[in-house]
Order: sequence, then structure tokens, then C-alpha cells
Amino acid sequence: MSEEKKEREPLFSPKNLKLIKDPLSINNPITVQVLGICSALAVTAKLKPAIVMAISVMVVLAVSNVVISLLRNGIPPRIRIIVQLVVIATMVILVDQVLKAFVYDVSKQLSVFVGLIITNCIIMGRLEAFAMGNKPWPAFLDGIGNALGYGIILIIVAFFREFLGSGTIFDVHVIPQGFYDFGYENNGLMILPPMALITVGVIIWVQRYRNRDLIEDH
Amino acid sequence: MQEIFNIFIKSIFIDNMIFAYFLGMCSYLAVSKTVDTSFGLGLAVTFVLGITVPVDYLLNEYILKPGAMAWLDEGFADVDLSFLSFILFIAIIASMVQLVEMVVEKFSPALYASLGIFLPLIAVNCAILGGSLFMQERDYQNVAEATSFGLGSGIGFFLAIIGIAAIREKIRYSNVPPALRGLGITFIITGLMGIAFMSFLGIKL
Repeated sequence: MSEEKKEREPLFSPKNLKLIKDPLSINNPITVQVLGICSALAVTAKLKPAIVMAISVMVVLAVSNVVISLLRNGIPPRIRIIVQLVVIATMVILVDQVLKAFVYDVSKQLSVFVGLIITNCIIMGRLEAFAMGNKPWPAFLDGIGNALGYGIILIIVAFFREFLGSGTIFDVHVIPQGFYDFGYENNGLMILPPMALITVGVIIWVQRYRNRDLIEDH
Repeated sequence: MQEIFNIFIKSIFIDNMIFAYFLGMCSYLAVSKTVDTSFGLGLAVTFVLGITVPVDYLLNEYILKPGAMAWLDEGFADVDLSFLSFILFIAIIASMVQLVEMVVEKFSPALYASLGIFLPLIAVNCAILGGSLFMQERDYQNVAEATSFGLGSGIGFFLAIIGIAAIREKIRYSNVPPALRGLGITFIITGLMGIAFMSFLGIKL
């Protein structure tokens, strides 16, 4: 009994915690692994859809990581992509139906981007790189960690775009009326798609400036 | 006829896949280091979009839409299968990509060699599934409109990726701040290109 306990890793061993922490900073899925950019940018004009998107990706990624990890020894390597796509697509359909039922207005705003979680490279990337070779519990933590790393970037971008673009946070006005009387104006450019790219570019700049190891040659 | 042409121009310039919707960003960033490889990827994406969008249109029109099965039997008139569209679209895309790969390999080995590794990668490119989902959302009238939308989106992607690849080849010789090199500057350039493309928004079609 005691021997068996010795062999088992505690649930939150340092190695497992690393799985959650790394994607938040030095191995961030968006700014370092360059995965899942498509959906990250399109939903960040306001905070609310960004958060809903982050949660949806977390659910899909964590569950499909666990499912693939459970099936990993039974999947023939030749057809693994199809198996992974089926698992992901099933999860995305479930999430889409739940969103339509409970937060219909946000689901309308996200439009096709919920469906595009299927081809979100974060999910395929993590299934291929991690879940196919690891046990369910680390795979679950890896899914949560990467989804958190993805969500953090989404929330930072959405915060700046909503704050500077509409002067609101969660649709509540935070810039006092006095500023507007004084001549302050909302920067309408922040709402438009190209500014999402530039905001992510600046986030990457700040992150790499603080963490010199990540700098590329060219 | 004019409507078809309008959709074509609109999907290339105004609703550009990369600059207006960020679809296909992952491969756009990963493969745009040289003009040659991005030419191959752009060609493959145009090719596959031009085929999958009309096929998915027919699937949506005759099987998935609410009441679409009425042509089969009166009893099916109130069947709504639209919740299956994600899984069926992705299945169609994966199998079409496989089919296209086999046909191209058989009939044009030269093209196959130049498209090479990009074809299988395309199955999980967001631009392809995005094209089908936008087609479903925008409710095009007939197959010709759907085809011109698919081809137009592909050409829009093609233009964007060739443009960024050309800029990246040149920027190698410039003095970019170290922390911004590589990914960071690519993002910012894409943003600036997007702002330039927004000038097309003024065109009324």
C-alpha cells in the first residue's frame, strides 16, 4: 500500500504545476507557439465575447485532451487526424448548442467563430503534441493551462480595445464625462480589425523585451 | 451575372479572409517566410476553397437547412439538421482535400510537387472551414454565387500571403528592435496592411 503510494505522483506535483504555469508565460500558445491566432483576434473588440470564447476553448480543449489521452493506445496512427477532428467537432457542437441556449446574444456576436474552434490550431496542436503521448490527468492540466494562456492574451487585447475604443469595460462607461467635455474622444480605430493585430504585436514586444530568451534571430 | 462578379470582388478586397476576419492566420504566419512557399500555399488554398465551398453549399441546401430534405419526401419537410453542419463540413473538407491530392498526383505531378506538403495541412486551415461557415451564414442564392465567393476568398488569401512574404524577405535587411524581430513585426505589418485594405471599404457593390 505504502509502496504504491510512493510511486504515485501527487496530483499537483511540481511537474504537473509546470504544465499549467508554462503556457501562461514562457510557452504561451499565442505569443510563443503561434497557435490559434485566427479566433483570438476576431472576438476581441469587447470583453464579454472574449471571455465567453476563452471559456468555450477551455472546455473543448480540456475535454478533448482527456478523451484523446484515454484513447491514445487504441487509435491507429494513420487515421488519428480524423479521430481527433471527430472528437473536437462533437465537443464544439455541444458548446455551440449550450451557447445558443443560454447566451444567445453573445453567440450571435461570435457567429462563425464558435464553429471555427474546430480548426483552432491550439486544439489540434495540443492533441498531437501532448495528449497522444501522456496520461489523462497531465493531459487535462495541459489543456487547462494552454486555454488559460490563450484566454489571458484574449482578455488583455479585449481590455485595451474596449477601453480605448469605446471607453467602456463590460459595457459600463469608465471614462468620466468631464474628459469628453475637455475634448477627449474614443479612438474608433481600436474597434476595427487591424488594431487587434497591432495590439498583439505590442504584447509580443513587451513580453520579449522582458524575457530575452524568446527573441528570434529574424 | 453582375451579382456574381460583385461577390467575387467583394470577397477578394473588402471581406478579405486575412485582413477583415483573420482566418487562416496560423498558416499565414508560419509559411510566409519566403515568397516561393507562400505561393504554393496560396495556390493550394484557392484551389481547395474553390471546390469545398460549392460542395458544402449543395450539402447545406439539400440536406442540412431546415426543411431542406423536402425534395426527398413530404414527411421530411420539418427536419432541421443544421446542428450537424460543423461535423459534416469538416468531414467534406478532409475528404475533398484527400481527393484533390489524389487527382492532382495522378494528372499533374508537377503541380503536386509544388503544392507538396501544403495540401494535407489545408484540412485544418481555418480559412477553409471559415469559408463554408460564412457561405452558410450569408445565405447565397445559387451555386455560382457560392463558387465565386469561394474562389474570391482564396485569391484574397493568396494576395495577402504573397504580400507579407515579400515584405518579410526584405525586412531581413532592416534594423528591427531585437524584441520585435520575427513574430512581433509580422503582426504589426499585417495590421498596417489591414488598415491599407480598409480603404476598399468605400467601394459600394
